[in-house]
Amino acid sequence: MKVRVHVSLKPGVLDPQGRAVHHALEGLGFAGVNDVRVGRLIELDVADGTTDAELDEMCRRLLANMVIENYRIEKPETV
Amino acid sequence: MAAFRAAVVTFPGSNCDRDMAVALEKVSGVAPIRVWHGDADLPERLDFIALPGGFSYGDYLRSGAMAANSPIMRAVREAADRGVPVLGVCNGFQVLTEAGLLPGALMRNARQNFICRTAPLKVENTQSLFTAGYEQGATIHIPVAHHDGNFFADQATLDRLEGEGRVAMRYLDNLNGSQRDIAGILNEGGNVMGMMPHPERAVEPDHGGSDGRVLFESVVRALAMA
Repeated sequence: MKVRVHVSLKPGVLDPQGRAVHHALEGLGFAGVNDVRVGRLIELDVADGTTDAELDEMCRRLLANMVIENYRIEKPETV
Repeated sequence: MAAFRAAVVTFPGSNCDRDMAVALEKVSGVAPIRVWHGDADLPERLDFIALPGGFSYGDYLRSGAMAANSPIMRAVREAADRGVPVLGVCNGFQVLTEAGLLPGALMRNARQNFICRTAPLKVENTQSLFTAGYEQGATIHIPVAHHDGNFFADQATLDRLEGEGRVAMRYLDNLNGSQRDIAGILNEGGNVMGMMPHPERAVEPDHGGSDGRVLFESVVRALAMA
Protein backbone atom coordinates (compact mmCIF):
# COMPACT_ATOMS: atom_id res chain seq x y z
CA MET A 1 0.00 0.00 0.00
CA LYS A 2 1.39 3.36 -1.02
CA VAL A 3 1.00 6.14 1.47
CA ARG A 4 2.04 9.74 1.18
CA VAL A 5 2.99 11.79 4.21
CA HIS A 6 2.93 15.54 3.75
CA VAL A 7 5.02 17.34 6.37
CA SER A 8 4.62 21.09 6.69
CA LEU A 9 5.69 23.74 9.17
CA LYS A 10 3.05 24.70 11.69
CA PRO A 11 1.30 28.01 11.12
CA GLY A 12 3.19 30.73 12.92
CA VAL A 13 6.57 29.01 12.62
CA LEU A 14 8.79 31.19 10.46
CA ASP A 15 9.92 29.46 7.29
CA PRO A 16 13.20 31.00 6.12
CA GLN A 17 13.31 28.62 3.17
CA GLY A 18 9.82 29.58 2.06
CA ARG A 19 10.71 33.24 2.39
CA ALA A 20 13.80 32.81 0.21
CA VAL A 21 11.77 30.96 -2.43
CA HIS A 22 9.12 33.68 -2.28
CA HIS A 23 11.81 36.30 -2.81
CA ALA A 24 13.25 34.34 -5.75
CA LEU A 25 9.82 34.03 -7.39
CA GLU A 26 9.40 37.78 -7.13
CA GLY A 27 12.87 38.17 -8.60
CA LEU A 28 11.71 36.15 -11.61
CA GLY A 29 8.89 38.60 -12.09
CA PHE A 30 6.02 36.51 -10.68
CA ALA A 31 3.81 39.10 -9.04
CA GLY A 32 0.92 38.27 -6.76
CA VAL A 33 2.54 35.49 -4.75
CA ASN A 34 1.27 36.16 -1.24
CA ASP A 35 3.21 33.56 0.68
CA VAL A 36 5.39 30.46 0.21
CA ARG A 37 5.78 27.61 2.68
CA VAL A 38 8.17 24.77 1.91
CA GLY A 39 7.31 21.32 3.20
CA ARG A 40 8.33 17.75 2.57
CA LEU A 41 6.62 14.83 0.84
CA ILE A 42 7.51 11.35 2.04
CA GLU A 43 6.25 8.37 0.06
CA LEU A 44 5.96 5.10 1.93
CA ASP A 45 5.23 1.64 0.65
CA VAL A 46 3.82 -0.23 3.65
CA ALA A 47 2.26 -3.61 4.21
CA ASP A 48 -1.44 -3.80 3.42
CA GLY A 49 -3.33 -3.57 6.64
CA THR A 50 -0.96 -1.08 8.26
CA THR A 51 -3.23 0.79 10.60
CA ASP A 52 -3.77 4.51 10.86
CA ALA A 53 -2.48 4.33 14.41
CA GLU A 54 0.79 2.82 13.17
CA LEU A 55 1.13 5.47 10.48
CA ASP A 56 0.44 8.19 13.03
CA GLU A 57 3.11 6.78 15.29
CA MET A 58 5.64 6.73 12.43
CA CYS A 59 4.88 10.39 11.80
CA ARG A 60 5.00 11.47 15.41
CA ARG A 61 8.13 9.54 16.31
CA LEU A 62 10.25 10.24 13.25
CA LEU A 63 8.81 11.64 10.04
CA ALA A 64 7.62 14.93 11.57
CA ASN A 65 8.96 16.95 14.46
CA MET A 66 5.79 17.84 16.32
CA VAL A 67 7.45 20.88 17.92
CA ILE A 68 7.53 22.69 14.59
CA GLU A 69 5.70 20.56 12.03
CA ASN A 70 2.30 19.14 11.16
CA TYR A 71 1.71 16.11 9.00
CA ARG A 72 -1.08 14.87 6.80
CA ILE A 73 -1.41 11.25 5.68
CA GLU A 74 -2.74 10.57 2.21
CA LYS A 75 -3.89 6.99 1.59
CA PRO A 76 -4.57 5.03 -1.63
CA GLU A 77 -8.22 5.96 -1.98
CA THR A 78 -7.22 9.61 -1.87
CA VAL A 79 -3.88 9.35 -3.71
CA MET B 1 38.40 11.38 43.62
CA ALA B 2 38.18 8.52 41.19
CA ALA B 3 39.36 9.29 37.66
CA PHE B 4 36.95 11.34 35.58
CA ARG B 5 35.05 8.89 33.38
CA ALA B 6 33.65 10.62 30.34
CA ALA B 7 32.27 9.21 27.12
CA VAL B 8 32.15 10.88 23.72
CA VAL B 9 29.59 9.40 21.35
CA THR B 10 30.44 9.26 17.64
CA PHE B 11 27.61 9.09 15.11
CA PRO B 12 28.21 8.52 11.40
CA GLY B 13 28.97 12.06 10.26
CA SER B 14 30.11 13.44 13.61
CA ASN B 15 33.15 15.62 13.01
CA CYS B 16 33.82 17.32 16.34
CA ASP B 17 34.10 14.12 18.36
CA ARG B 18 37.90 14.20 18.38
CA ASP B 19 37.99 17.89 19.35
CA MET B 20 35.57 17.12 22.18
CA ALA B 21 37.71 14.21 23.38
CA VAL B 22 40.89 16.31 23.24
CA ALA B 23 39.26 19.17 25.17
CA LEU B 24 37.98 16.79 27.85
CA GLU B 25 41.38 15.15 28.20
CA LYS B 26 43.20 18.49 28.38
CA VAL B 27 40.97 19.72 31.17
CA SER B 28 40.42 16.51 33.15
CA GLY B 29 43.73 14.77 32.48
CA VAL B 30 41.89 11.60 31.50
CA ALA B 31 41.12 10.51 27.95
CA PRO B 32 37.38 9.96 27.51
CA ILE B 33 36.00 6.64 26.32
CA ARG B 34 34.92 6.74 22.69
CA VAL B 35 31.52 5.21 22.05
CA TRP B 36 29.99 4.29 18.69
CA HIS B 37 26.36 5.18 17.98
CA GLY B 38 25.51 1.58 17.19
CA ASP B 39 26.55 0.36 20.63
CA ALA B 40 23.61 -0.65 22.75
CA ASP B 41 25.28 0.17 26.05
CA LEU B 42 27.41 2.91 27.54
CA PRO B 43 30.41 2.11 29.72
CA GLU B 44 29.46 1.74 33.38
CA ARG B 45 29.88 4.41 36.06
CA LEU B 46 30.13 7.34 33.67
CA ASP B 47 30.57 10.84 35.08
CA PHE B 48 29.84 12.66 31.88
CA ILE B 49 28.52 12.07 28.33
CA ALA B 50 29.21 14.34 25.37
CA LEU B 51 27.31 14.36 22.09
CA PRO B 52 29.59 16.17 19.64
CA GLY B 53 29.01 18.42 16.67
CA GLY B 54 28.95 17.38 13.06
CA PHE B 55 26.42 16.27 10.49
CA SER B 56 25.17 12.94 11.75
CA TYR B 57 23.54 10.93 8.96
CA GLY B 58 24.15 13.84 6.60
CA ASP B 59 21.37 15.78 8.35
CA TYR B 60 18.88 13.51 6.54
CA LEU B 61 15.22 14.23 7.31
CA ARG B 62 16.09 16.88 9.95
CA SER B 63 19.37 17.65 11.70
CA GLY B 64 19.77 15.16 14.52
CA ALA B 65 16.59 13.22 13.72
CA MET B 66 18.24 9.99 12.68
CA ALA B 67 20.90 10.08 15.40
CA ALA B 68 18.21 10.63 18.03
CA ASN B 69 17.00 7.14 17.18
CA SER B 70 20.43 5.49 17.22
CA PRO B 71 20.78 2.44 19.49
CA ILE B 72 23.10 4.31 21.89
CA MET B 73 20.49 7.00 22.55
CA ARG B 74 18.39 4.65 24.65
CA ALA B 75 21.36 4.28 27.00
CA VAL B 76 22.02 8.03 26.91
CA ARG B 77 18.39 8.69 27.86
CA GLU B 78 18.58 6.23 30.76
CA ALA B 79 21.83 7.80 31.99
CA ALA B 80 20.33 11.30 31.73
CA ASP B 81 17.29 10.12 33.70
CA ARG B 82 19.65 8.86 36.41
CA GLY B 83 21.23 12.33 36.57
CA VAL B 84 24.43 11.72 34.60
CA PRO B 85 25.52 15.05 33.05
CA VAL B 86 25.03 15.13 29.28
CA LEU B 87 26.37 17.90 27.05
CA GLY B 88 25.27 18.23 23.44
CA VAL B 89 27.15 20.68 21.27
CA CYS B 90 25.85 21.86 17.90
CA ASN B 91 24.64 18.65 16.21
CA GLY B 92 24.64 17.16 19.71
CA PHE B 93 22.15 19.85 20.77
CA GLN B 94 20.02 19.02 17.72
CA VAL B 95 20.13 15.34 18.68
CA LEU B 96 19.04 16.13 22.26
CA THR B 97 16.02 18.15 21.09
CA GLU B 98 15.06 15.50 18.53
CA ALA B 99 15.35 12.86 21.24
CA GLY B 100 13.09 14.91 23.51
CA LEU B 101 15.76 15.28 26.19
CA LEU B 102 15.61 19.04 25.70
CA PRO B 103 12.60 21.11 24.58
CA GLY B 104 12.31 23.04 21.33
CA ALA B 105 13.81 22.51 17.91
CA LEU B 106 16.73 23.88 15.89
CA MET B 107 15.61 25.18 12.54
CA ARG B 108 17.41 26.53 9.49
CA ASN B 109 19.17 29.83 10.26
CA ALA B 110 16.87 32.77 9.60
CA ARG B 111 19.00 34.06 6.75
CA GLN B 112 19.54 30.56 5.34
CA ASN B 113 23.30 30.96 5.67
CA PHE B 114 25.87 28.66 7.22
CA ILE B 115 27.48 30.73 9.97
CA CYS B 116 31.08 30.05 10.90
CA ARG B 117 32.66 32.61 13.19
CA THR B 118 33.33 33.43 16.81
CA ALA B 119 30.19 34.64 18.54
CA PRO B 120 29.92 36.76 21.68
CA LEU B 121 27.62 35.13 24.23
CA LYS B 122 26.16 36.20 27.54
CA VAL B 123 26.24 33.64 30.33
CA GLU B 124 22.77 33.73 31.88
CA ASN B 125 22.90 30.90 34.36
CA THR B 126 25.93 30.23 36.55
CA GLN B 127 24.16 27.78 38.86
CA SER B 128 24.48 24.77 36.57
CA LEU B 129 27.30 22.28 36.75
CA PHE B 130 28.24 23.28 33.20
CA THR B 131 28.44 27.01 33.82
CA ALA B 132 29.36 27.42 37.50
CA GLY B 133 32.85 28.66 36.62
CA TYR B 134 31.60 31.67 34.68
CA GLU B 135 30.67 35.00 36.18
CA GLN B 136 26.98 35.87 36.06
CA GLY B 137 26.28 37.95 32.97
CA ALA B 138 29.82 37.52 31.63
CA THR B 139 30.47 37.99 27.93
CA ILE B 140 32.36 35.06 26.47
CA HIS B 141 33.52 34.34 22.94
CA ILE B 142 32.89 30.88 21.51
CA PRO B 143 33.01 29.72 17.86
CA VAL B 144 29.80 28.80 16.10
CA ALA B 145 29.60 26.73 12.92
CA HIS B 146 26.09 25.76 11.93
CA HIS B 147 23.33 25.95 9.37
CA ASP B 148 20.49 24.84 11.64
CA GLY B 149 20.92 26.76 14.88
CA ASN B 150 17.76 28.80 14.92
CA PHE B 151 16.21 27.81 18.26
CA PHE B 152 12.44 27.56 18.22
CA ALA B 153 9.96 26.72 20.95
CA ASP B 154 6.41 27.90 21.56
CA GLN B 155 5.90 30.94 23.79
CA ALA B 156 4.79 28.89 26.80
CA THR B 157 7.94 26.74 26.61
CA LEU B 158 10.15 29.82 26.22
CA ASP B 159 8.50 31.49 29.21
CA ARG B 160 9.02 28.34 31.23
CA LEU B 161 12.70 28.07 30.23
CA GLU B 162 13.25 31.69 31.27
CA GLY B 163 11.21 31.41 34.46
CA GLU B 164 13.13 28.36 35.59
CA GLY B 165 16.53 29.85 34.75
CA ARG B 166 17.14 27.22 32.11
CA VAL B 167 18.46 29.60 29.46
CA ALA B 168 22.16 28.98 29.98
CA MET B 169 23.56 31.29 27.31
CA ARG B 170 22.32 33.85 24.82
CA TYR B 171 23.81 35.37 21.69
CA LEU B 172 24.71 39.03 22.13
CA ASP B 173 24.04 39.51 18.42
CA ASN B 174 21.27 37.19 17.33
CA LEU B 175 23.07 35.70 14.36
CA ASN B 176 20.69 32.88 13.44
CA GLY B 177 17.19 34.04 14.35
CA SER B 178 16.91 32.08 17.60
CA GLN B 179 13.90 32.86 19.75
CA ARG B 180 14.94 35.17 22.59
CA ASP B 181 18.59 34.96 21.43
CA ILE B 182 18.91 31.51 22.97
CA ALA B 183 22.26 29.79 22.38
CA GLY B 184 22.09 27.10 25.07
CA ILE B 185 19.53 25.59 27.42
CA LEU B 186 19.29 23.18 30.33
CA ASN B 187 16.80 20.43 31.06
CA GLU B 188 14.55 20.45 34.10
CA GLY B 189 17.04 18.56 36.24
CA GLY B 190 19.96 20.76 35.19
CA ASN B 191 22.05 17.75 34.14
CA VAL B 192 21.46 17.97 30.39
CA MET B 193 22.70 20.96 28.44
CA GLY B 194 22.56 21.72 24.75
CA MET B 195 24.32 24.60 23.04
CA MET B 196 25.02 25.52 19.43
CA PRO B 197 28.42 27.22 20.03
CA HIS B 198 31.47 24.98 20.31
CA PRO B 199 33.23 25.27 23.69
CA GLU B 200 35.64 22.50 22.67
CA ARG B 201 37.02 24.82 19.99
CA ALA B 202 38.08 27.40 22.58
CA VAL B 203 40.09 25.63 25.25
CA GLU B 204 43.56 27.11 24.78
CA PRO B 205 44.99 30.45 23.64
CA ASP B 206 46.14 28.96 20.33
CA HIS B 207 42.47 28.40 19.49
CA GLY B 208 42.04 32.17 19.53
CA GLY B 209 40.47 32.08 22.97
CA SER B 210 39.92 29.79 25.91
CA ASP B 211 36.47 30.83 27.13
CA GLY B 212 35.17 27.33 26.42
CA ARG B 213 37.65 25.75 28.79
CA VAL B 214 35.73 27.16 31.77
CA LEU B 215 32.74 25.01 30.85
CA PHE B 216 34.76 21.80 30.99
CA GLU B 217 36.54 22.94 34.15
CA SER B 218 33.14 23.59 35.72
CA VAL B 219 32.02 20.05 34.92
CA VAL B 220 35.21 18.44 36.22
CA ARG B 221 35.10 20.52 39.41
CA ALA B 222 31.41 19.81 40.04
CA LEU B 223 32.01 16.09 39.69
CA ALA B 224 35.09 16.19 41.91
CA MET B 225 32.96 17.72 44.65
CA ALA B 226 30.05 15.37 44.12
